[in-house]
Amino acid sequence: MKLASSLAFPMPNRQDLIAIPLVLAVFFLIAHISRGMAVPFHLGESIAISSSPWELPEYALDTVSRMLTAVVCSLAFTLGYATLAAKNRYAEKILVPLLDILQSVPILGYLSITVTGFMALFPGSLIGVQLAVVFAVFTSQVWNMTFALYQGLTTLPKDLDEAARLYRLNAWQRFWKLELPFSVPGLLWNTMMSMSGGWFFVVAAEAITVAGQTVAVPGIGSYIALAIRNKDLGAIFWAIATMVVVIFLYDFLLFRPIVAWADKFKFETSGDLQKPQSAVLDFLHRTRLMRLVVLLPRALWEASVRLLPPASGQARQRPSAGQKAWRDGLFYGVLAVLFLAALWQLGLAIPRFFSWAEIGHVFYLGAVTALRVFVLVLLSALIWVPIGIKIGLNPRLTAQVQGLAQFLAAFPANLLFPLVVVLILTFHLNVNIWVSPLMILGSQWYIVFNVIGAAAALPGDLKEAARSFGLRGWLLWKRLLLPGIFPGFVTGAITASGGAWNASIVAEVVSWGSHTLVATGLGAYITLATGSGQMEKVALGIGVMSLYVITVNRFFWRRLYRAAERRFRLD
Amino acid sequence: MSNATTPLFQLEQVRKTFKNADGEDLVILDDVQMELREGEILVIVGRSGSGKSTLLRILAGLMPANGGSVRYQGKAVNGPVAGLAMVFQSFALFPWLTVLQNVELGLEALRVPRKERQERALRAIDLIGLDGFESAYPRELSGGMRQRVGFARALVIDPHCLLMDEPFSALDVLTGETLRTDLLDLWAERKTALRGILLVSHNIEEAVLMADRILIFGSNPGRVRAEIPVTLPQPRDRESQDFRNLVEQVYAMMTARPISKTDGKKEPVGLAYRLPHTSINRMAGLLEALATLEKHDGTFRANLSELAGDTQFSVDDLFPLVEALEILGFAESDAGEISLTPAGRLFAEGSVQERKGLFARHLMERVPLAAHIRAILDERPSHRAPADRFLRELEDQLSEDEAQTVLDTIIYWGRYAEIFAYEDNAAVFTLEDPGH
Repeated sequence: MKLASSLAFPMPNRQDLIAIPLVLAVFFLIAHISRGMAVPFHLGESIAISSSPWELPEYALDTVSRMLTAVVCSLAFTLGYATLAAKNRYAEKILVPLLDILQSVPILGYLSITVTGFMALFPGSLIGVQLAVVFAVFTSQVWNMTFALYQGLTTLPKDLDEAARLYRLNAWQRFWKLELPFSVPGLLWNTMMSMSGGWFFVVAAEAITVAGQTVAVPGIGSYIALAIRNKDLGAIFWAIATMVVVIFLYDFLLFRPIVAWADKFKFETSGDLQKPQSAVLDFLHRTRLMRLVVLLPRALWEASVRLLPPASGQARQRPSAGQKAWRDGLFYGVLAVLFLAALWQLGLAIPRFFSWAEIGHVFYLGAVTALRVFVLVLLSALIWVPIGIKIGLNPRLTAQVQGLAQFLAAFPANLLFPLVVVLILTFHLNVNIWVSPLMILGSQWYIVFNVIGAAAALPGDLKEAARSFGLRGWLLWKRLLLPGIFPGFVTGAITASGGAWNASIVAEVVSWGSHTLVATGLGAYITLATGSGQMEKVALGIGVMSLYVITVNRFFWRRLYRAAERRFRLD
Repeated sequence: MSNATTPLFQLEQVRKTFKNADGEDLVILDDVQMELREGEILVIVGRSGSGKSTLLRILAGLMPANGGSVRYQGKAVNGPVAGLAMVFQSFALFPWLTVLQNVELGLEALRVPRKERQERALRAIDLIGLDGFESAYPRELSGGMRQRVGFARALVIDPHCLLMDEPFSALDVLTGETLRTDLLDLWAERKTALRGILLVSHNIEEAVLMADRILIFGSNPGRVRAEIPVTLPQPRDRESQDFRNLVEQVYAMMTARPISKTDGKKEPVGLAYRLPHTSINRMAGLLEALATLEKHDGTFRANLSELAGDTQFSVDDLFPLVEALEILGFAESDAGEISLTPAGRLFAEGSVQERKGLFARHLMERVPLAAHIRAILDERPSHRAPADRFLRELEDQLSEDEAQTVLDTIIYWGRYAEIFAYEDNAAVFTLEDPGH
């Protein structure tokens, strides 16, 4: 019987000859990460960054290892935070709104604050700066991942929940057999989106200026920062080329295999048409090493089945109505007191640091940036929606362009900033206008691939019906194509707009050698305050920007999204 | 072996309530008195809304009762019970686990070691006729095969008692029949540790085919209305006269309209009456079918059991249809028989516009909610009223889901009758006719 034989120790086969060195390479990577951490460092010292292209593979490795560390941290955090929020009623009341706010805070804004904090934690060592960079990437990734898991945990299908309870799975078994697998598709999709957004932040965070001092860690980001200072177009070209290779490898070695593997967790029980494929996954499946590797989790699972106590079989004692009211009262009471105290402190602190004129000015700058973001999203919609629809209606083109758009969304657009700056300087263009496109350079691709996806998913019968009624030209767009892709467009536009706000912090102040271009806007305000070490101004800038983002999300995007869901859903 | 006189399940005065939006109690089950005896198949039949699925979940320990006592083999139930298995209408298979892993699930929870677990699971898979599919995922299987996995998963833990929540109703007729026969064979051959089966069903033939005893549930609130012992020998012949008679008897005891608990008459249609969500096309179809069945005395009548068996109307939607026709005064039902009223005959023979007019008149006269909405709209100068306003009124007496269903029904009927219009995007009732 095949079940019995799989326990025997497998002999290596031909595929293993390739797989085993790859595994050893992973161990090497881990060793590399830990070695790079502990380099001695003091503020004001500059870490020697080389501009030689030959150093780039090593720098790329540094950057990749930061990304991977951050995503592992994000997953760990997600498991804890989302589980707590989903299982505890009181925790839920605090954690979920908090998540919503944290999601809207511009990551690059508080980088300077966290760098100082982490450096104080590890004096005399580069660990502090390394951790600060990882932390920045972590905060850029983690919130939507947590949200995805929380959503999975709170929307478990009722019948599966009942089956799990009826067959008396204990909490451990329930988590691994029901809760986590059900959440995997949502969690995975968001992890992928996070990773793809993360490249931007890791590049931006590797070299920042705090209080006039440049703090940098070896990596592609610091390499390009050096190239900008030296006006070295050749180096910038090499950095871009390296990044292209890195993202291609990331897609091929990590993204695709995981997506193909996770396909079995999709909840729809009917067989679907297109299964994601990965050559790497197929290859791994053929190795004997893989068979050996799966023995470990299986043995651990077996041990857990034997060691952990069974479910008690007793329904949990519900608190009586009186008890519950008392607990609720206490909880909300404490919360209200804390809230009022915080408000009181804020009320005292704000006038001490800032004049009302300054606060008003910051709000004005916020409005300028908001206008910029709005116009940019609108412009990219005008450009990309028609193109995206055209591509989406052509299946062959869709397959090719879809992959490219996802690739471009992952590519850190800040690597391209210097090229635009050179153009602005050469042609003496208006900084306030021409710096703006940088903000959406990286995130416009979310609009592109969501629109293409929606157009490709338009039901064939609707298209045929439209054709048989002779719907053509503008009428066809108005009645079928635009309404059909609307939900997809809104999803993409929300991501693009969020990305643009974040990018404003690095896009509104750009430099080339000794030239620095400053646009009017909240992002520039935050960057300039960071450079001159005025932390309270940074805090004000971040607060106001968060307020703008939350307000726009609440009153514009979320409503639009709900309207799109209600009116234009095609199922 | 426990004492043969101790029933597997014993329920006394079981009561279940849910809270509505305002925190008031809505009674789902009231004063339920029943038992599941050693060695019997007990089938509970009732219309949707009679709380029979809720009852099953209380028995399984998935849901606490609000009053009364539930005992399993003499012990009070207060959580999922060992030795009990359940088969679900939706199969409830874990899509990311293979057939084998799904079947092993309950054994893992019982901490059975891997080797024994696999042996037992493979035996159960064998028993239920799934061998060869051990490593398939549920999505690769047909509905019938999936439910077989559901049965294997239930039987592998050697349960004493099997609870089944409409296990065959998501399957096509032939598949359901095969699976039912296989289960009865297993039961008859005593190949399992099973000592009792409780099946919830809304298919009356299925009940008569399988049951040793049938409990008929009434709705609003759900309670046991009648008990019918079935003594026909197994295997039963659907075509035999005894079988047909029993089916008709059950139909006669199940009425389309809920029966009021106080006076034993059909419940009057109040403002928050649970209007059945039925299609107007199907109502018209049933009226037309009835209009062809003229009897010698000049009336138009048919047995519900015949309609269910012979025509395109399945049992599941026949009762709601009959209820709707009765509320609207197009048909009357009594003792398992439905007859056309004069208005019903007019409707069946009318043109599209005549039908609409007739429907509108009856809707306004006989359904207080329709008249109420129209009156409010007439009263307001803007002739507009938000749906929420009526939803909240309904939620005083119905659960949120029920209130929404009733509102959806009245929107649908009212739009057809053109007594008001409804704008879905804004969720408001209006008197405007978008056609003008």
